Amino acid sequence: MSNNNIIMGFTRADLTNFLIVMILSFVAIPLVVQTDYWYSSILIPWLCLALAAIGQQIVMGYAGQLALGAAGFMAAGAFACFNLILRVPDIPFFVALGLSGLVAAAFGILFGLPSLRVRGIYLMVATLASQFFIVWMIDKFGWFKNYDTSGIITAQDIVILGKPFTSPLEMYFVILVVVTVLTVLAVNMARGSTGRNWMAVRDMDIAAESMGISLLKTKLQAFAISAFYCGVAGALFAFTYLKSLEPVAFDIKLSFKILFMVILGGLGTISGAFIGAAFILLFPVLLNSIGNNVFHGAIDATIISSIEQVVFGVLIIVFMIYEPLGMAKLWGNIKQRFLRKS
Amino acid sequence: MTEVLFFIEVVVAGLLAGTMYSLVALGFVLIYKASSTFNFAQGAMVFFAVLAFVGFMELGLPFSLAFVVTVLLMVLVGFCTERMVLNPLMNQSEDTLLMATIGLGFVLEGLAQAAWGVEVRRLDLGIGDFPIEWIIDVFGLFVSALDLTAGIVAAVLIIGLALIFKYTRMGLGLRAVADDPGAASSIGIPLKNIMLLVWSAAGVVALVAGMMWGARAGVQFALVDLALKALPVLIIGGFSSIPGAIIGGLIIGATEKVLEVYLGPFFGGAIEGWAPYVLAIFFLLYRPEGLFGEKIIRRV
Repeated sequence: MSNNNIIMGFTRADLTNFLIVMILSFVAIPLVVQTDYWYSSILIPWLCLALAAIGQQIVMGYAGQLALGAAGFMAAGAFACFNLILRVPDIPFFVALGLSGLVAAAFGILFGLPSLRVRGIYLMVATLASQFFIVWMIDKFGWFKNYDTSGIITAQDIVILGKPFTSPLEMYFVILVVVTVLTVLAVNMARGSTGRNWMAVRDMDIAAESMGISLLKTKLQAFAISAFYCGVAGALFAFTYLKSLEPVAFDIKLSFKILFMVILGGLGTISGAFIGAAFILLFPVLLNSIGNNVFHGAIDATIISSIEQVVFGVLIIVFMIYEPLGMAKLWGNIKQRFLRKS
Repeated sequence: MTEVLFFIEVVVAGLLAGTMYSLVALGFVLIYKASSTFNFAQGAMVFFAVLAFVGFMELGLPFSLAFVVTVLLMVLVGFCTERMVLNPLMNQSEDTLLMATIGLGFVLEGLAQAAWGVEVRRLDLGIGDFPIEWIIDVFGLFVSALDLTAGIVAAVLIIGLALIFKYTRMGLGLRAVADDPGAASSIGIPLKNIMLLVWSAAGVVALVAGMMWGARAGVQFALVDLALKALPVLIIGGFSSIPGAIIGGLIIGATEKVLEVYLGPFFGGAIEGWAPYVLAIFFLLYRPEGLFGEKIIRRV
């Protein structure tokens, strides 16, 4: 190591930032935020969806494969986790979580196969098949739902080493641990040879192939890892946020939401997944509170949700035209401007 | 014998329902041919157009006037799209344009719901969704009048569009633009007008498709999901071929009905929801360019 400022390939600034984020999320937020509402309605869904968005980011932002089926893989993960905990006695929660990610990854490989032949909208249609098929399969075969006919199954409590994690704060910590580990992993994959192969395939697949990168391996790997992230995210989403399992919760609307998180957040950046998820989640909350506080409920709730749709649509068009790299790039630009001035 | 008749009935019902998919796919093909843009918003345009139409009818406009006003509205939508979305994104990659049209779709869905509300509307075209008697008498088959009308309307629209493209100046210009936009604009073909024409035509097609769907299933948001099924239709038929859109629609319509009726009961039904997409995947594996599409050649 000739350069003291570089530790394991990271600059000192990167590590400081990482430490700040860790202290903020593990110490500062639990000390400052006391209301359950913030955990159960904002922080928990944000982290879950951000994890799914990382999955979408890997396949779309890094490997350049236009996939639209994240919610299907989330459903696969959620129901796999439910069945594992139900049917395997004394299975540790994190093991069940990891295995459900692997189940989702298997689906990811299966429905990623068309990516070897097609791209763009063709691939999008092929991945839509996964979305509709997985949700249909869970809905129609009673075994997945443990023959529950009510349609809504209550998720089991999260028990780790004999201790139940049921309060919003406890569940926040469980998710935070999972998200931290998987995010660090994703950042490393993206920086390492795996990520470089993905990006080479994204930028020009024929050129990448001629340089000796196996398209088969790279694309399927991207699909598998992406589905793994979505599967884990789906299981966490069902067990901590929804607290129930229903296939309808994972419909195509959720897939679109995750797609939007990645596009608006910024394609090809991990931070973009977090920024995009925060925006897509918080913007409706903001809009609703404006509707309630400024207009005192004079605007109909359906109108507000329509406005929300229009704004998301307009933003996507605007970002495509002016800043295709999304909010993460925007943030970077702002930061750079201030750094240069000082 | 009755079993054979029943099979034919199922296939005919599927084929006729398939023409409705074809109508949605048709609007898609028009835009793709002229501008190589995958217009993901076509389904939203169907929803927007028919909701506007029903909205104008509710305001008390007569059928024909409401139709004309909606067509004008769709031309306006086409104009705004051309100016505000496509023009700034000229020469961008296909994926970028596709994502932009996904955004456009959300804008149209949101606008339509903000303007006309979210409740399910009934649309009465005066054509019932019940079997035609003389067909029962002559062939012993049950064929819905609405399905048959949709089939005839689709046929008329397609022949009309084909004639326009073949014999008018505008149509000639359009084919030139489709062939090579750069060369076409260099010899003075007004690219903007052609785009406006194409988007307006797609808007009218969307309105007609929406009226057919709306008369059957009610005017509601679910139309957008139904319109998504135009995507597998396009994959089977090829993105740039009008006959492909028709045949693709027929194949999807017939296959999903046959599968639903004969295989559905074994799996608890509703396989219509994913069967078209899986069928499309099989087509992709063997013929990625579709039945009638141009061969996709990519170079480094």
